[in-house]
Order: sequence, then structure tokens, then C-alpha cells
Amino acid sequence: MKSGPETEWIENRPSRGLRLPDLREVWQYRELAYFLALRDLKVRYKQAAFGAAWAVFQPLVLTAVFTIVFTRIARFQTELPYPVFALSGLIVWTYISGSLTKATQVLVANTPLVTKVYFPRVLAPVASVLPGLVDFLLSLAILTVVMPFFGARPGWAILTLPLWMVAMVAVVLGVSFLLGTLNVRYRDVTHGIALLVQLWIFVSPVAYESAQVSEGWRGLYFLNPVAGVIEGFRWSLAGQSWPGPEVFLSLAVGLALLATGVLYFQHAERRFADVI
Amino acid sequence: MNAIEIEGLGKRYLLGEDRPGGTLVEALSRSARRLVRMRSRPRRDEVWALRDVSLTVPEGEALGVVGRNGAGKSTLLKILSRITEPTAGVARTRGRVTSLLEVGTGFHPELTGRENVYLNGAILGMKRREIDQRFDEIISFAGVERFIDTPVKRYSTGMYLRLAFSVAAHLEPDIMVVDEVLAVGDASFQAKCLGRMQAAEREGRTVVFVSHNMEAITRLCSRAVWLEDGAIQTEGPAAEVVDSHLAAQLRRAPDESVADVGEGPVVLRSVKVLGEAGMPLDVLGREQPFGIEVRFSVRATVPGLDVAVWVVNAYGTEIFSEAWLDTVAEQPSEPGEYVATLRVPPLLNVGDYTVGVWMGSAYETLVQETAARRFRLQGNAKNRPWRSVVLQLPWEVERVPSSDDPMLLSETDRDGGPPVGP
Repeated sequence: MKSGPETEWIENRPSRGLRLPDLREVWQYRELAYFLALRDLKVRYKQAAFGAAWAVFQPLVLTAVFTIVFTRIARFQTELPYPVFALSGLIVWTYISGSLTKATQVLVANTPLVTKVYFPRVLAPVASVLPGLVDFLLSLAILTVVMPFFGARPGWAILTLPLWMVAMVAVVLGVSFLLGTLNVRYRDVTHGIALLVQLWIFVSPVAYESAQVSEGWRGLYFLNPVAGVIEGFRWSLAGQSWPGPEVFLSLAVGLALLATGVLYFQHAERRFADVI
Repeated sequence: MNAIEIEGLGKRYLLGEDRPGGTLVEALSRSARRLVRMRSRPRRDEVWALRDVSLTVPEGEALGVVGRNGAGKSTLLKILSRITEPTAGVARTRGRVTSLLEVGTGFHPELTGRENVYLNGAILGMKRREIDQRFDEIISFAGVERFIDTPVKRYSTGMYLRLAFSVAAHLEPDIMVVDEVLAVGDASFQAKCLGRMQAAEREGRTVVFVSHNMEAITRLCSRAVWLEDGAIQTEGPAAEVVDSHLAAQLRRAPDESVADVGEGPVVLRSVKVLGEAGMPLDVLGREQPFGIEVRFSVRATVPGLDVAVWVVNAYGTEIFSEAWLDTVAEQPSEPGEYVATLRVPPLLNVGDYTVGVWMGSAYETLVQETAARRFRLQGNAKNRPWRSVVLQLPWEVERVPSSDDPMLLSETDRDGGPPVGP
């Protein structure tokens, strides 16, 4: 039990400059992310009669509403059958908006974890974007069941599906690291995020096709990383035609967000316990 | 071989403008002002919670840390366990460090005991396999086998605490950093905690232990440091350090006693000893009942708020300790100003006493002041001044039959032989 002479010293000294997360340590603590995610999942459906069914209700109901509003009242043109188009967009959007809200709140909502114990803080936002993936996969199953009824089927692009899922999670993490860090210090951010999520859906191709965006605006439009993720996802799963190279712009912005997010989070992380 | 090495450790907290919880607008306007003035903000409103602390703890030693509220004890533990970083200096630890700054961190009321054990274990740095191996021990130590699949929101406070502590007790860290865990829970729970920590020491673990309970410090620790205003005042054998710390606390004049202790949801305003007529006094008659009045503010609702008051005599023995938990049926917890008065019958012997006050909930200590007020009881001490309490309990004196009692014998003789059963 006693630590031998080979045991390493762990130093705690004032941090300077930019630091990347200690990946070895993050790996050692990986089970914590698992148990935190499991806690979220379990708590969500305790005493809820319909349990996980709620996870797929939301995108399904929204799809029905969108289909009525945007094909009967407003007449949106889409390459895919509108219900498939809307559901595929809403599945991604539901994940992004839900996980973003949770991941930016996770530190503030679990203050004792920050002030009373040590663990690589980066795991808290990571753990909070995992439970949404379960809902996402359930919805995805529903989508694949529904698609044939509307005559939509994926091509070889389905092989790239994991890539879009990784991109989706990366976008959420990038934004969450940035805004979650700010939120530790300034609770104004909480309200800002609620507004951000409400507005974001309008600049993302959830209800309408990105092809509707006029040529001059496309470059700007795809600076929104969510745009690339949703269109890439539709291309991969639902067989929509390739949205164009602008998707790579989206992905690059997403990656840049993730990189700055991680660096900013790591920079502020050592003082979370003092300012939370 | 050392387990902990601390060199020139300092920790600065900023107050005022830059305080935690400032709003974004404040920060933005501050930055704007700074840009306009083109100079850096003067740092007058800063507090050094620790200043130039250097310390080594050899492997297997139990080190006690004593000091008043705000002396930097908790900050030291937070740096040792890497919860926060120092502003200056360095703290080195060797091996697995577990910090017990509260029990049950991360417990969720909706989850079952079993689920919480795994979650809490992971939070404290245990691997799932380790928890699997010790699971049965953990629940039997806590005595909650029957309820292990019940959500912990249905647990009593005692069960909840026992389970939470039990997880912590089954860790096998090289270094254990413990803060006031003993201050919560009932006597048997506290005894269990102390026993477990003694076992940890026997097993060769290094323990750093912060407590206001001087007896626990001397019992558990061989060496102690006394922190005062963030710096080390004295360091040495635990008994000596505790003695000089207690002596210094008692030297404080009564008027210097606490005012506005606590930064969290509860602030202790004042502690007074009231004579029979309700006047605050420092010297009272032994034969009169008196009151201990605690004034405090609750700034945010604290579920299960509990207040405890205890009295320690000049020898450091705790004569009594009374908590709301024991007798107050409805414990208020809403924000507001409160006055709580404990009525004490005349049972203490003459001498000098110190009043301690604790406020918190089952899960955390919010305010703890061991020397909140001093008072003296005067009176006739002709009967054994060394005894702690004068209870004047009723005696029952009765004469019982005995075989070699001459009176009894003569009585049976008179009746003509020994009594025969029917």
C-alpha cells in the first residue's frame, strides 16, 4: 500500500501560459465521466412513466409541427421529403441545443464537485454531453425506420456518419468550454445561452435547406458550424445531395472553436474553485 | 521519505470589485475604465489566505492543523488536494491524495444507495473494480444493507451520512486530507470517523487533519501546526501546539469575541451569555441558571440548518453540547435574522468556560467558532472544585438484608428459625 520510491511527485504551483489537458490523467479518471453521465440519464427518467420515450417525442412532435407549418402554411421546397428533412435536422438540433445548455451549466450546477474534490475539470462538460447521445441514437433509429416510408434511402455516404457525429459533439464541446468557463464567473451567461439557443436554430438549416440561402451569403452562413454538421448529416444519412465545399468551412470553424475552447477552459480551470 | 513538501506557499484572494460572482456588466465596465485610464487597477482589496507557508510531512505521519476561522486551514487543504492552485510557492504530494472536505460529494437524492456509492467512489478517485471489491464492506460498515436499492432521498440524515462516510472510509489513498468531517453527525458517527482515521494512520497512510476539536487532534495526530492569519504560528508536537493555541484563544478579551463569522449562507453575528435577568454577563453565579444567546443571519435558505452550542471547561473537556437536531422540532431555515437562546440549568461547577458554536447542515459546516465567548462561574467551591458538574442528583438510601447482619439474625431468632418458603 505504501508508495514506493518510484511514486511520482505531483506538483501544485501557480500555472503560467497555456496548458493542454493532461490526457493521461483524463484517461485515469474516465470512469468518473461515465458515472456522471449515468447519473444524468438515471435521474432524468426516475419517476417518469414514459422514461426514455420522452427523448424521441420531442423531435417527432416538432417534426409534425414543422411539416404542417412549413409545407401547408408556408410552402418550403426541399429536395428530401419534408418530414425526413425536418426530422433529420431536428435530431441533430435537439442534441446540440440540449447538450449545449447542460454542458455550459454543469460546473455551476455541481458546485461542490468543483469546490470539494479534485478531478480533471474538463471531464465535467464531457460527461454532460454523453447522455444526449443516447437520445440521439434512439431518434436515429426512429429516423431509419421512418425513411423508407417516404422513399428516402442513404447511399455510400452513410459510411461517413460517425464523422458527423464526432463533429456534432465537437461543436457542442467547443462552445460549451468557452461559454461554460465564462458562466463560472458571470451568471449572465446562463441567460445569454438560453437566447443564443433560441436564435441559433434560425441561422441553421433545420427548418429550411441551406440551398435556399442566396449565393452571396453562403460563405457567411457556413461560418456557423452547426450548418455544416446538419447538412453533412443529411447528406450522409438521408441521401441529400452533397451541400458543397462550404461544409469544410463549417468543420474548420468547429475545430477552431474546440481548440480555443479547450485552451480557454484549461487556462481558467485552476481558479474555478475560487470564483464559482 | 516525505509524503508532502510545501515551500513558500501563498494564496491570494481578491475582494471588492473583482470578487467572485461579479456580473459580466461590472467586468466589462471595469475593462472599459481600465482602457480609458490606461493603468492597471490598484490591488488594495486583496487578502492573503496563506503567506509563505513551508512544511514537510513524512510518510505515515498524521499532521493536525489548528487555527481560528479564516486562518487559512481550508485553503491549505484545497491546495494540497489540487482543488485550487496557489498564488505563490509550490505544494508537492507523493502518491494518491484523497480529500474529504465534505462527505457525500455528488450524492444525488433521486439515485439509490448503490448508485450513489459508485458515483461517489468515482468522484473520490476509486476505480469501478475497487468499488466492486469493497461494495459489501461499504454497505455493512454503513449498516444500510436493507435500503441499498432505495433512493437516498428516503434515507434518514444518519443513514445518508453513514453511507457517505463509509465510501470515503474504504478508500485506500496514500495521503488523506480531512476537513472537519467529524463536526457533523451524531456521537457514534463521529466515533466511527475517528476510529477509521486512526486505522488509516496505523496502515501507514499520511493524514492531514483540520479540526476545531482539539481532543481529536491530540488523539489522532503526533504533530500539529497552528495557522494564524495565513502563516504558521507554531509547529511541533500536537499536544504542545494545541495547548498554546487554546491558551491564545482564551486570552482574547470577551469583547473581542466573534462578530460576523462566515462567508456562506449563514453568518454568526454574536454570541452572548445572559444572566437570569437577561443581561449579557461575563461573570455569573454558579447557582443561577443562565442562557447562551446566538444571533445569526441566514442569507440563503439552508435545508436542514442545524445549530449546535457547546461549553468547554478550563481543562479542555467538553461538558455539554446541544444541537437543534436533538430537541428543536421545526428547524427554521428561511433567510432572515435569528436569535437562538439555549437555557442552561445551574449544573456547571465554578470555573472558566468557553462557548463554542457550530452552524451547518448534515453535509457541511458553514460556521464553526470554538471560542465564541468566555464566561466565569463564581460561587462556593468548597466542595471538590475539580469536578466538572454539580448535578445534586437524588440519592436513594435503603438498607438491604444480609446474612451476616446481626440485626437480621436476631430477628429470625426471635421468629423461631429461618424463614421457610410457602
